[in-house]
Amino acid sequence: MNLTAVASIYRFEMARFFRTITQSLVSPVLSTSLYFVVFGTAIGSRIQEVEGVSYGAFIVPGLIMLSVMTQATSNASFGIYFPKFIGTIYELLSAPVNFLEITLGYVGAAATKALFIGLIILVTAFFFVDITIAHPFAMLAFLVLTCVSFSLLGFIIGIWAGNFEQLQLIPLLIITPLVFLGGSFYSVTMLPPIWQTITMFNPVVYLISGFRWAFFGAADVPIGLSLLAIAAFTGACLIAIWWIFRTGWRIRQ
Amino acid sequence: MPTIVNVQNLRKAYEGGFEALRSVDLEIQQGEILALLGPNGAGKTTLISTICGITVPTSGAISVGGHDTQTEFRAARNLIGLVPQEINLEPFETVMNTVRFSRGLFGKPRNDAYLEQILKKLSLHDKKDSKIMMLSGGMKRRVLIAKALSHEPRVLFLDEPTAGVDVELRKDMWDVVADLKADGVTIILTTHYIEEAEAIADRVGVISKGEILLVQDKAEMMAQMGQKQLVIDLADTITDVPAALAAYSLTIGGDDRSLIYTYDTKGERTGITTLLNDLQKAGLSMTDMQTHQSSLEDIFVGLVKETA
Repeated sequence: MNLTAVASIYRFEMARFFRTITQSLVSPVLSTSLYFVVFGTAIGSRIQEVEGVSYGAFIVPGLIMLSVMTQATSNASFGIYFPKFIGTIYELLSAPVNFLEITLGYVGAAATKALFIGLIILVTAFFFVDITIAHPFAMLAFLVLTCVSFSLLGFIIGIWAGNFEQLQLIPLLIITPLVFLGGSFYSVTMLPPIWQTITMFNPVVYLISGFRWAFFGAADVPIGLSLLAIAAFTGACLIAIWWIFRTGWRIRQ
Repeated sequence: MPTIVNVQNLRKAYEGGFEALRSVDLEIQQGEILALLGPNGAGKTTLISTICGITVPTSGAISVGGHDTQTEFRAARNLIGLVPQEINLEPFETVMNTVRFSRGLFGKPRNDAYLEQILKKLSLHDKKDSKIMMLSGGMKRRVLIAKALSHEPRVLFLDEPTAGVDVELRKDMWDVVADLKADGVTIILTTHYIEEAEAIADRVGVISKGEILLVQDKAEMMAQMGQKQLVIDLADTITDVPAALAAYSLTIGGDDRSLIYTYDTKGERTGITTLLNDLQKAGLSMTDMQTHQSSLEDIFVGLVKETA
């Protein structure tokens, strides 16, 4: 195992994050604050408590998930797409590193960035609403797992993408709608029965529900099912990446 | 000299079916400088990329330092440094950080003193904290070399290192190559410039249409090249070289009406003036004369044409 290489990739990628630290952090914090002002304060004051929690607090886990999922995906996809685009990928391909080391470096860095953003949004949330976290360690574990699994997905998108449009395509067309419809801003139990059933096919529901459980101790779906869903998603991404590197798909001719 | 890079029966066909390399055999000796000459699309870059691991061979075997590049890729790649043809660099990073990254990628512990030494040698040291996008094209090319050298490789591949580079930088680059050779590094470079092969290579390989046509010692090639012929057309036919001219290496041309004088352009004297005087003394009158030189370029063009 070439751990020095993993650390080098990780450090190099994190340097990119810190170079653009202002835009990396200001935009998620600003957009989250806007959500709190609009949904939490303006609309939330007219909405009754949801599952015994004020609406402003109720949307916090969903908001964090929304940012973390999109940031993890876009960071990881850009991280590996950019070397492909500018041609520096030659170095990775000719270095004594295997797929696991490359993945660890890039996905590790993307997940770390997403985790940073998630935690900063959480801190921001404390300024707007009163929240207590029922299961802090479970909360952190869910957050880390989400960061990692969506970074894995982003990594796959980055390898697949042939241009910048494709790089934006999946986050825009699939991830954002799934997160919005996955109960970020409402409880699944608030939906009519038919939509409750349909919603169960949305994998993001399980993640948000599990994360919300860590905050408030109540969930739309059993916590075990949430864990199973995230484990299955992570596993599927890992298998896909292993296959990509084994066949050299879109990377090594 | 032991063989450090051994390419056996290498074939590479891309997905579209294009056969970039067909049955390439090449043995590169430790410590030598091998220049690969070939026209565009000959397969030079594919050959280098396949040895370095960027492309996967369709069939055949490659070993570097005795390590198979497929099964023992770590050991093989540890020995290799690659300077690509295109300037592929992260524009927003500083010179030092990109070079450090390259060293780390090869699993070598951080050693800034060593890296600074490389940067100094490449006249890049004062730019070490500059962002790469601020550098000129020539400077960027030096950064690529610094990256390739960052992990102390034993075999260095230079893919068209001096394409589009000014004369001064080309000379600098040749100096760096000479220093590396002195350190025992094996160097393989591809080039369009025959003068470049002449200036620095020990051996020259000619590649065309995915095949190696010839690999020859440069000295031998130069020996062929250094020879020049003077063809003297005579007014009358002759059957023998006159005794008075026996001291010169003369042969009679095919039409019996010319003498061919072979001489060494690199010699102190070509002997042409005295030959012409002696020719007159011998009573031969000439009608015309031409000189002809067989150059590496002729050999090269001839070889490449044959396969066309």
